[in-house]
Amino acid sequence: MKLNYRIVIFAFAIVFGLFFSLPSILQTQDGKKITLGLDLQGGLHMLLGVKTEEAVKSRIKSIAASVKYYSEKEEILIDSLSFDESSISFLLLDKDDLKKIKSFLHEIKGAVVVATGESISLTLTPEEIARTEEQAISQAIETIRNRLDQFGLTEPIVARQGEEKILVQLAGIKTAEDEQRARELISRSAKLELMAVDEDRNARVNSMSNSDAVSYGDVILEDVTNPHMKYLVREIPILDGGMLTDANVGFDQNNRPLITFKLNAEGAQIFGDFTAKSVGKRLAVVLDGKVYSAPVINERIGGGSGQISGNYTVMEAKDLSIALRSGSLLAPIYLMEKRSVGPSLGADSIKASMIALIGGFALVIGFMVVYYRMAGIISNIALIVNILIILSVMSLFGATLTLPGMAGIVLTVGMAVDANVIINERIRELLHQGYSIQKAIEEGYANAMRAILDANITTLIAAVVLYAYGTGAIKGFAVTISIGILASMLTAILGTHGIYEMLQNRIQKSKNNLFWFGIKG
Amino acid sequence: MEFFRQTSAMNFMGKSKIAMILSIIMVLSSLAILSLKGLNYGVDFAGGTIVQVKYKGDAPIDMMREKLSTNQIFEGASITEFGSADEVVIRMRTTSSDVVVDVGDVTKAALVGTGEFEIRRVDIVGPKVGSELKEKGLMSLILAVAGILIYVAFRFEWRFALSSVLALVHDVSIALGAIALVGLEVNLDVLAALLTILGYSLNDTIIVFDRIREGITNTRDGEFGDIINESITSTLSRTTLTSLTTLFVVFTLFIWGGEIIHAFAFTLLVGIVVGTYSSIFVASPTLLTLGFDVKKYHVNLSAKAAREAEKERMRSQFESGVM
Repeated sequence: MKLNYRIVIFAFAIVFGLFFSLPSILQTQDGKKITLGLDLQGGLHMLLGVKTEEAVKSRIKSIAASVKYYSEKEEILIDSLSFDESSISFLLLDKDDLKKIKSFLHEIKGAVVVATGESISLTLTPEEIARTEEQAISQAIETIRNRLDQFGLTEPIVARQGEEKILVQLAGIKTAEDEQRARELISRSAKLELMAVDEDRNARVNSMSNSDAVSYGDVILEDVTNPHMKYLVREIPILDGGMLTDANVGFDQNNRPLITFKLNAEGAQIFGDFTAKSVGKRLAVVLDGKVYSAPVINERIGGGSGQISGNYTVMEAKDLSIALRSGSLLAPIYLMEKRSVGPSLGADSIKASMIALIGGFALVIGFMVVYYRMAGIISNIALIVNILIILSVMSLFGATLTLPGMAGIVLTVGMAVDANVIINERIRELLHQGYSIQKAIEEGYANAMRAILDANITTLIAAVVLYAYGTGAIKGFAVTISIGILASMLTAILGTHGIYEMLQNRIQKSKNNLFWFGIKG
Repeated sequence: MEFFRQTSAMNFMGKSKIAMILSIIMVLSSLAILSLKGLNYGVDFAGGTIVQVKYKGDAPIDMMREKLSTNQIFEGASITEFGSADEVVIRMRTTSSDVVVDVGDVTKAALVGTGEFEIRRVDIVGPKVGSELKEKGLMSLILAVAGILIYVAFRFEWRFALSSVLALVHDVSIALGAIALVGLEVNLDVLAALLTILGYSLNDTIIVFDRIREGITNTRDGEFGDIINESITSTLSRTTLTSLTTLFVVFTLFIWGGEIIHAFAFTLLVGIVVGTYSSIFVASPTLLTLGFDVKKYHVNLSAKAAREAEKERMRSQFESGVM
């Protein structure tokens, strides 16, 4: 027995492999563990898209609201304020105000203002539209992340994928109800608007068509609890959710849950001004296009806070307040891809692949011992350490083990012995040619080396491409294959060589090729 | 134990004509099957929805069909048993983009009253994502082959690269043909299996090529065909053994790995058999056909060595200041 640098490195590899893989294998409390993919532990994977054109539309709408507010505040007379997908227009009644309104409009970012006679129009530049769309996506990611963080799941993943997609992965969702709640929370636009009821015409709302309403600059909205109850409200809101700073669950005098909200300073100012001059009129609290309540304004409301009452449960009120607090979605989101796996299926998948892994492993190990005797046992040691290293590296880097990843490990078992088979065959060949055992081992490794390297590098190329182009589970497969190949270089080439070197004296003394290499002579 | 103890080389190249004919027949019939039957793209690539349902007791498939037929969303939906009698998979081309209520939820609602069941999996892949995955999948196959081509050309010689890639095309075509023949659903996992075959079959080919390269360097004169025969003979033991051990594990995956991994395992099973065959009977004969010249290779080799030596001489002269 003698020590050599190979066996020392291999010993380190064994210790490393055991130390970092045991937490995952034994499922202990401490230590880094391999994360199981959604396909193995159950969960929800979604790829979401953002309807960015809606964000541009709502940007236009909010510019219109601010024009209206400004003109009223500065007592500028305007008429026929209207907007479409990308522009707003209105008539200026008093030419003397042109300079004033123009300087206000020019302050709006990315706007092109055209004034011809008394008609004034404002359009957004293409750059501004692109910026708004981009903002809608990044804001959606931020908002969804905030909401999910407060939902109480362990480590939800919300990430941008490609140019315009949002990846959402929620592990550990156990029931269909939980999944439903999460999906509602994510997709809720949570757009709060405070809108003035058109008291002059509201009485006629039931006999009015949508286009009638539009011609008055109004819009017909339904009551949230009773769809037959309709309100005619001014299309341009007094306030939208952008000025909201906080939202919480509160309770009314009958102990029913409601949501309280706070506005920022600017919002509070606008809200105060409006309520002051609208006493006796109604204010509709509109959430996601539905009227929650329409109380009559009794006096000026300062302080910038309000409440949304509705017929909801405590849980719904809580989710709604989370959604409001995390900000509204500038644009609605839609589903591009969804994969949901129930926990029981995940457990079944683990069981099936474990059986396959252990079965395949046992066959290979048995075969190697029968075929190569001692050399086979040495190869098997390398193989086991190889698997430990794969598990260790995966838990250290926080890589995810997926079902194809499991298949990757199974496959690595098959392919990792390849290096040993090549080496053992070379050694046998040299022994047949009459080389001494020491020489045969040395030459065998030297000859086998080049082939193993070339073969492994090409497989690695395929794995890297798979990783770069693959998605989700396929990436997991590429990761396990790559780690497996690299680990096999360490265990199958370096490790086994070290063991032979250590045992060299014994091998030479015994001169029993049948025992050591499974061949006669 | 020993499988092969061949002292004299077996004449593989002598049988290369028969092998060539066999290969051409197999590849052509694969292509014919592919163009006639086409690949059965699963939801990953074609877009659509899969709902996996597990019942307490046997799945009432007829009742399910009846229930689903009342809603137009499920037009053309297929219901098939999945692994066992109590588990079924519903496949449809329909997708939906609503985050809160999707096709899976509609399916669940439609199945109410068919017995006690649990929805185990819902996969919805929108058409845009599907075609993107298809594009990416094809791209990854092409890139992998290109990467391998460059590497082999660099490490060996261009004829070796061309031969190995030809063998790869051969393997992948036959594997695809087999997939089309049994009507296997092509999903991302099957693509992963195809790429694994690529790596695996190449592994085999490279091992043989390495021996050939060694043979060329060691024997100055000698027929190229003889060198190939010797090389294949001496690696035969390894090729068979590795194929066997890999087959063991893939076979266990195929038998016990469960329904989900079934397509993956099947593809690998075919690939390993074809890949082993091709490294012996396709890659090497192609090398011979492409007219690899041993003598020329040696001339090139020695010229290269001379160039290196010259460079080295210049460098040492330059470094010692003698120019």
